[in-house]
Amino acid sequence: MEAVLTKPVKETVKTTGADAVLRVLVEEQTEFIFGYPGGAIMPVYDALYHYQDKIHHVLNRHEQGCIHAAQGYARATGRVGVVMATSGPGATNLITGIADAMIDSTPLVCITGQVGSHLLGSDAFQETDIISISMPVTKWNFQVTRAEELPAALARAFYIARSGRPGPVLIDITKDAQFGDLDFLYKKCQEIRSYKPVPKLDPNQVKKAADLINEAQRPFVLFGQGVILGKAEKEFKAFVEKTGIPSAWTLLGLSALPTDHPLNVGMLGMHGNYGPNKLTNECDVLIAIGMRFDDRVTGNLASYAKQARVIHLDIDPAEINKNVKVDVPVLGDCKESLTELTNQVRMNSHAKWLELFRKHDALEQETVIQDEIKPATGDMKMGEVIEEINKTTKGDAILVTDVGQHQMMACRYTQFNQSKSNITSGGLGTMGFCLPAALGAKLGAPERDVIAVIGDGGFQMTIQELGTIFQTKAAVKIVILNNSFLGMVRQWQQLFFDKRYSSTELENPDFVEIAQGYGIKGQSISERSALPEAIETMMKHDGSYLLEVHVGKEDNVFPMVPSGASVSDIRLS
Amino acid sequence: MEQKVFTISAFTENSIGLLNRITSMFTRRHLNIESLNTSESESPGIYRFTIVVKTTEEQVQKLVLQIEKQVEVLKAVYHVDEETVFQEIALYKVSTKSVADGNLVEKLIRDNNARILSMEQEFMIIEKTGHKAETQELLDFLRPYGVIEFVRSGRISVIKPMEESEDLRKRITNF
Ligand SMILES: Cc1ncc(C[n+]2csc(CCOP(=O)(O)OP(=O)(O)O)c2C)c(N)n1
Repeated sequence: MEAVLTKPVKETVKTTGADAVLRVLVEEQTEFIFGYPGGAIMPVYDALYHYQDKIHHVLNRHEQGCIHAAQGYARATGRVGVVMATSGPGATNLITGIADAMIDSTPLVCITGQVGSHLLGSDAFQETDIISISMPVTKWNFQVTRAEELPAALARAFYIARSGRPGPVLIDITKDAQFGDLDFLYKKCQEIRSYKPVPKLDPNQVKKAADLINEAQRPFVLFGQGVILGKAEKEFKAFVEKTGIPSAWTLLGLSALPTDHPLNVGMLGMHGNYGPNKLTNECDVLIAIGMRFDDRVTGNLASYAKQARVIHLDIDPAEINKNVKVDVPVLGDCKESLTELTNQVRMNSHAKWLELFRKHDALEQETVIQDEIKPATGDMKMGEVIEEINKTTKGDAILVTDVGQHQMMACRYTQFNQSKSNITSGGLGTMGFCLPAALGAKLGAPERDVIAVIGDGGFQMTIQELGTIFQTKAAVKIVILNNSFLGMVRQWQQLFFDKRYSSTELENPDFVEIAQGYGIKGQSISERSALPEAIETMMKHDGSYLLEVHVGKEDNVFPMVPSGASVSDIRLS
Repeated sequence: MEQKVFTISAFTENSIGLLNRITSMFTRRHLNIESLNTSESESPGIYRFTIVVKTTEEQVQKLVLQIEKQVEVLKAVYHVDEETVFQEIALYKVSTKSVADGNLVEKLIRDNNARILSMEQEFMIIEKTGHKAETQELLDFLRPYGVIEFVRSGRISVIKPMEESEDLRKRITNF
């Protein structure tokens, strides 16, 4: 009788640990596993053989490729990226990407194989203590030694990875747990008693923030990836439009608000725009939303926005007062806090204050930007390549960048109309991120154009992923901005080490020929006149494409806040 | 900013590796842990870390937030010495003969509030609880007679204000 009254309970299924892993991935609607097999994870790979119609496995060419691809996937889709690797070297090869995902708050579930539990601690073949190694760079990690622990451990992993401030999670599964039997029943994890992912919004704090904003004469908004992670782009736009506050983005906040929005005043930080940096030290109220005052954003903290009252909206209590003293912290999910805040602020405009940003922009246009994006003579410039890309994408593409000068140029000059469109390694600055991340982004968002803008140095850090692009047929457009240097390091050598170019010049291979070897079409150009057509050919080409553009060897990225200087000491040249 | 001694109390789940996760918070900030103790708390299944660290208040504030952020940590707080009652325990292994020859037994027990835990023909074990300075004092006192072994535990500490204890208890047990 009772059974009629209660909801039908899902039946338990007798199965193996390895099969349970895949059942969980199916339950969690995993589309892709980015992985690489090996001894200690073979039972799971064997089980995967029976799931080929449900889950795509992407065989990257190096585990670093797997993890960056999963990051690209997660950043383009807002979903959890799933990675699989074997024990020992397979697992340790993931570490750079895990650290990258940790500092950039990217949700990942990494599944590693481990030697049999009876061998733990015996220096067995391919045994490494990946739990200890990954501990400081994971949001959570856990070793499973018995098959019956798997469903709950993996359920927690997905929940922890995606909830609150997202991050990477690692589950290490001993081989005997993969082979072992269990009664499988999956229950999604909804809460963990020791973990409060979203702090409760305090209405008093919202009120205080609203009061401060309503009284402000020169308020200034800094927005970060929190807006994107919180899926609060709409709420954010409504907030800035109602208050009329000029808003500037961090590297990871880019694309949360369209770049051509009249209140979007540009980029913060070391190579950000002139106005946002200078005027940080002139605003009276600073409103930080889902950003963490990274040192690349703040420059010298001792002279950072000392005149301003600071409001900080964040989901992570540990971010409050971490780098900058905050007057009004507003803890919570910014989708909710921004909605509340917008309700309580007055409709306003700050025409005169905004005009000041325009004046600074005019100066930057005149001294830096126009020469960068529309040079008439001389070597080709990175900025003009990006400008040409804008003409064909019209701001609708996903742009993935590596680390260095090209990254700063691409982020400075790319137009974006929609969120989740700028994918770059921000906090860790991991060279080699771009190519695999672009692959993951394209797989996650096949309907969108994905353009990978890479330096000649970083391209060669994960060049093997051309093989994965080839095999998956992901139509990634690769643009190498080749300056034959580790450009960003060379720039610092020029500016701060008297031009001693110590080990930064590169002798490069024929990139087009390499691509060709992987069945990827491409061309290399050095003439300005060839640029428009080359970009058009690349974008129109059906499939992946590699375009190498030779740019000036010793060009620099400006403006620049020198390391350790104040944001108001930003240099235009 | 001035460096001070702070006692951090963290209430956690009982999981493998959590100690590692918590201590790595100190390692990455180049902070030395003065002492560390863990044991089950008044709430069954919930463990209490007591960590003593010498640093600035600003640093300890950040540290506590980072510790509390860990998935398996329920709550973390910090206090200065005046806000807590704390103790350490020390064990001293000394030669029975030299203690007897020096006629120290009464002095040990009367003046130092120490206990004799075990006495054998060759050696005896003395126990003393107290603050570090007190157990140190006894160590210094015994040294001339030959200390064969000495060990001191990490600090354990409870919070003085009733309200705060009750509030903590509520937070740890109510989910
Ligand atoms: C893995 C890694 N190693 C070293 C660095 C230091 N680094 C930062 S930028 C840069 C130069 C990048 O050169 P390239 O890829 O050619 O790009 P460019 O700056 O020339 O655009 C280096 C070496 C890094 N960020 N990541």
